[in-house]
Amino acid sequence: MRDLVTEHRLNIVLALVLLAGPLVAHAADEPFMVTLATRAAILALAGVGLNIALGLGGLVSFGHAAFFGLGGYAVGILASHHQNYEPLMTWPFLVNGTNQMLILWLVAVLVSGLAALVIGALSLRTSGVYFIMITLAFAQMLYFFAISWPAYGGEDGLSIYVRNAFPGINTLRPLDFFLLCYAVLMVVLVAQWRMTGARFGTALQAVRQNEGRVAALGLSPYRIRLAAFVISGMVTGLAGALYVDLNRFVSPSMMSWHLSGEIMVFIILGGVARLFGPVVGACLFVLFEHVFGSFTEHWQFFLGAALLAVVLFARGGFIGVVAGRARHD
Amino acid sequence: MTVALFLEQMLNGLQLGVMLFLMAAGLTLIFGVMGLINLAHGSLFMVGGFVCAAVAAWSGSFWLGLIASLAAAAALGALVEIVVIRRLYDRDHLDQVLATFALVLMFSEGVRFVFGSFPLYLDPPAFLSGPVTLPGGLPYPAYRLAIIIAGLAVAAGLGLLISRTRLGMQIRAGESDREMIAALGVDIRFLYTVVFALGAALAGFAGALVGAIQSVQIGMGEPVLILAFVVIVIGGIGSIRGALIAALLVGVVDTMGRLLLPMLLSNVMHASNAAGVGSALASMLIYLLMAAVLVFKPKGLFPANA
Repeated sequence: MRDLVTEHRLNIVLALVLLAGPLVAHAADEPFMVTLATRAAILALAGVGLNIALGLGGLVSFGHAAFFGLGGYAVGILASHHQNYEPLMTWPFLVNGTNQMLILWLVAVLVSGLAALVIGALSLRTSGVYFIMITLAFAQMLYFFAISWPAYGGEDGLSIYVRNAFPGINTLRPLDFFLLCYAVLMVVLVAQWRMTGARFGTALQAVRQNEGRVAALGLSPYRIRLAAFVISGMVTGLAGALYVDLNRFVSPSMMSWHLSGEIMVFIILGGVARLFGPVVGACLFVLFEHVFGSFTEHWQFFLGAALLAVVLFARGGFIGVVAGRARHD
Repeated sequence: MTVALFLEQMLNGLQLGVMLFLMAAGLTLIFGVMGLINLAHGSLFMVGGFVCAAVAAWSGSFWLGLIASLAAAAALGALVEIVVIRRLYDRDHLDQVLATFALVLMFSEGVRFVFGSFPLYLDPPAFLSGPVTLPGGLPYPAYRLAIIIAGLAVAAGLGLLISRTRLGMQIRAGESDREMIAALGVDIRFLYTVVFALGAALAGFAGALVGAIQSVQIGMGEPVLILAFVVIVIGGIGSIRGALIAALLVGVVDTMGRLLLPMLLSNVMHASNAAGVGSALASMLIYLLMAAVLVFKPKGLFPANA
């Protein structure tokens, strides 16, 4: 129990640090640092999504960039139609683009959830190393589709020139947009925390630990895993939606397998199956990229070396080192 | 569409398939014997291409480059196995994926550091640079035909190696029961290093051969790696025969899809739309093939009997 209390306290400290950093940066008139923190918060959200499948469910998906990109394209396409005053479709009924984030998020979540349902239903027929390769392959399929589909920019990507709107705040101001992303992240984290303790979360972890016993209890491991995979894809899709609004740009590179790998890296750097693991991991990643990227163009070499060291010698990641091992490791 | 174009594209598909087999064979051997998923296999492909291009440019001989690329990939594979991969055999797949992903980042940046960001170019040897005339009067690039022949020869050699030699016997034994063959006195650590180096050499060989068709650049191994995964999933993990059949299937389906889909679609829609939509759908075709195989045979077409 002691470790659990330590982890709770650590989580609260981490949440406060991520909030305080940009507030200080804003007061010091450093808008770039605020944007950097926003990037970290959004990438953390993508990692939180994957952590539901990977950490809780033990489903090593190497294709989560697909959901990230689909969420992004949902926003990019609808927003570009809104800006060009062209309806998305006129038949059988009229659908216009929109610049309202709440609607965009809903569409992004639905699209990525639907994709996760299809990909998950096929991929979860297998397990282990097959599952890794198949999720990777499906993500690559969507990546190549995005590159070769000519309508929305193809390989060049699609720009949306103005950030979309959220009722009551001015999203064009960096701090406002950060606070919005931070709030979304916190809401999802609380939801995941509640879910982990609830029936579904318990069943999901039980499936990871012993599939046979869960089946003997009369539950369907396949359906539990599929539900987790869909929720996981939805959260990562939502992160993709925010990411496009941050950069005002969506391109196939959001779906590349490097991004799938990076989302996984956030989790391992922070700590697998830890609630705040992806948050710490994403912050470390963004900091690493910023610091090393400023003095060498070969920063990815050092990222690889650091990652290798963590995998080989520091299993459990940051939270594992600070708060001790998870109970069911 | 002419018969000549059809035949030419069939051969191109075969050539792609042979390349994919060289990659997939190493991956599936390494997975079958050591239970390891190796993302860095694409990096060895890239290293093979770069070493061949660099040595060929320095010495003026493609063959010297080819030998150097084989040696470099095998040596690098053995080194990586001893320093890093060896520690991953007992780990779960997540750790293996992440550690080999880390290796991909390091190799890509390492190669960029050594060779620079610009692509290198590699010319095929002079006597293979022109076209040959196939029976029926079809001209076809001699080099591509040589790749097909070389790939099939390697496939046959690999088959013989595994079914007829002492090393192959140990590899097969390793696939079915690792602990037992260690107990029988086989130096299992050395065997693992040899298998990994063999897989690496095949990847490097493929990279060198492909380097003379396309440009040699950073990240050239990654699309091939992922296609090789598709091949393994279709063929069944651990099965060399499955890898060969699936590789040829994927190569031909992908190449013919890119040729035929835009043509078929141009019957039902405007020609310029058909080209775009057709190529977009063609790029998804092999993944749909994979999905279809999964629905009917989740363990692949030729599951290894492990």
